[in-house]
Amino acid sequence: MTDLIKLTVSEALKGLKSRQFSAVELTKAYIKQMEEGRKYNAYVVETTEQALEQAKLSDEHYTNGTNRALEGIPLGVKDLFCTKGIQTTACSHILDNFVPQYESTVTQNLLNNGSVFLGKLNMDEFAMGSSTETSYYKPAVNPYSKDKLLVPGGSSGGSAAAVCANMCAAATGTDTGGSIRQPASFCGITGIKPTYGRCSRWGIIAYASSLDQAGPMTKDVRDAAIMLKCMAGYDPKDSTSANIEVPDFEKVLGQDIKGLKIGIPKEYRSDGLNKEVASYWDKAAEMFKLRGAEIVEISLPHTKYALPTYYIIAPAETSSNLARYDGIRYGLRINGEKADDLYINTRTKGFGAEVKRRIMIGTYVLSAGYYDAYYIKAQKVRRLIKQDFEKAFEKCDLILTPTSPFSAFEIGDKSMNENPINMYLNDVFTVSVNLAGLPALSLPIGLDSKGLPLGMQLIGRAFDEETIFKAGYALEEDVAFKRK
Amino acid sequence: MAIDNEMVKQVAFLARLKVEDDKIEETKDEFNKILNWIEQLKEVDTSDIMPLVSVNDSSIPMREDTITDGNVKEAVLKNAPMQEFGYFAVPKVVE
Repeated sequence: MTDLIKLTVSEALKGLKSRQFSAVELTKAYIKQMEEGRKYNAYVVETTEQALEQAKLSDEHYTNGTNRALEGIPLGVKDLFCTKGIQTTACSHILDNFVPQYESTVTQNLLNNGSVFLGKLNMDEFAMGSSTETSYYKPAVNPYSKDKLLVPGGSSGGSAAAVCANMCAAATGTDTGGSIRQPASFCGITGIKPTYGRCSRWGIIAYASSLDQAGPMTKDVRDAAIMLKCMAGYDPKDSTSANIEVPDFEKVLGQDIKGLKIGIPKEYRSDGLNKEVASYWDKAAEMFKLRGAEIVEISLPHTKYALPTYYIIAPAETSSNLARYDGIRYGLRINGEKADDLYINTRTKGFGAEVKRRIMIGTYVLSAGYYDAYYIKAQKVRRLIKQDFEKAFEKCDLILTPTSPFSAFEIGDKSMNENPINMYLNDVFTVSVNLAGLPALSLPIGLDSKGLPLGMQLIGRAFDEETIFKAGYALEEDVAFKRK
Repeated sequence: MAIDNEMVKQVAFLARLKVEDDKIEETKDEFNKILNWIEQLKEVDTSDIMPLVSVNDSSIPMREDTITDGNVKEAVLKNAPMQEFGYFAVPKVVE
């Protein structure tokens, strides 16, 4: 029975359909694994009783022949998604005991497709971080850790750890600057940030609204295709949601990639690039070549400005989005003499150091006298970054890059925690994609000399996740990465 | 555009946050480190470039100006730290 947890979503669906095992059996197997995996601190809330009830209903659907696309599949949900009746805190102290009275559109879509929710997954506070170390509930742990505890990446680190250690069949994540792809890379799993607008942001606790996107984190590429199809779709409740039909992504898997033009951006290959990362990058390009794809050199000249641009735009949006946490209507309240004291006490106690840092940077860059020099300037550079990609996609169909410049680091790593900019550099290969609103997938390419996973990133044109899935599936076949 | 201790206090107040007195110096240094780093953007020539507000090309859709939601007082108040008579309640403030 222990093998049930190792099945991918597509394999589990086959087994459920052919009645080899029941949804309740599958859910129970995952619940047992969650108990054994508590040392990874991946879940901050476990909803096992509800999960078993949902699984029972799923079994009825299979009996009645009314089973849906994800019927009986046990999932983990990042704690950034509001889940009706289930505590949702974005792993922040300021949302203590917050129980949403509504369901986010993405999780509702997953429920409508028959999935089972095992619980809420650990993350960096308000999705601000690359290691889950900013979580109010202590960091999640990378299942690849040996003698020393390693970070699972972040912000969707609990999701990555849970999928990696088979504590759920798949999970939801969100990605503002790399928060799906970098943890996927660190934990040897697959994750896709879809095109901005593909998934509704309604009911997802906001960090930087013009960049935030939800996406799946899965055991393989096929599962990512299945999950994304179920999560995505137009939603009038999110004014930035795209009214574009969601293709059946699974259909393209296995299609020939002969003649596909794959771009290698020269700016990503700096002298300081980690040798092992560089060599896996070459290997991936070689694999594509052997399948008849054409490798072309491209240029994304504004790459080096992407992170500084992000660290103006994201904090600016943060300072605005997080203004709502005032201690009046929900969450933590710390009283004070005057009204302002109540706000200040609540926010000072409720937010962690990194969140406060970003709120203050954002407040500064938006304040009178600095708005044009920082915020407007960043928005202009953002357009140049987007145009870089548009020009590049005239020469290629897909862009291949590493996901992260290195593999997982230790929890409490000195240089990462000493200087915030060192932590920000985790997203150096992923952040441009968010600024340009493009889709990008990360999949495991192999282990480094420390035995830790590294990921490759495939970036596509807006609303062309299909090409990414097609090429990702081919690369996955060639790599044949051994999952945990 | 290096910022000083006064600016740290002012920005903290605008954001309704408190930086303890013994942390102001440290916060200022950290801010300046980050600001120096993001100031690389000055090198970029953006003279004819329009700011990009959203990657969505389409305009925001309009809808009928009708009630779509509401009458959920209990749900709205459910998470209130304090409530009385169907309202959010706050401590008495005399200013």
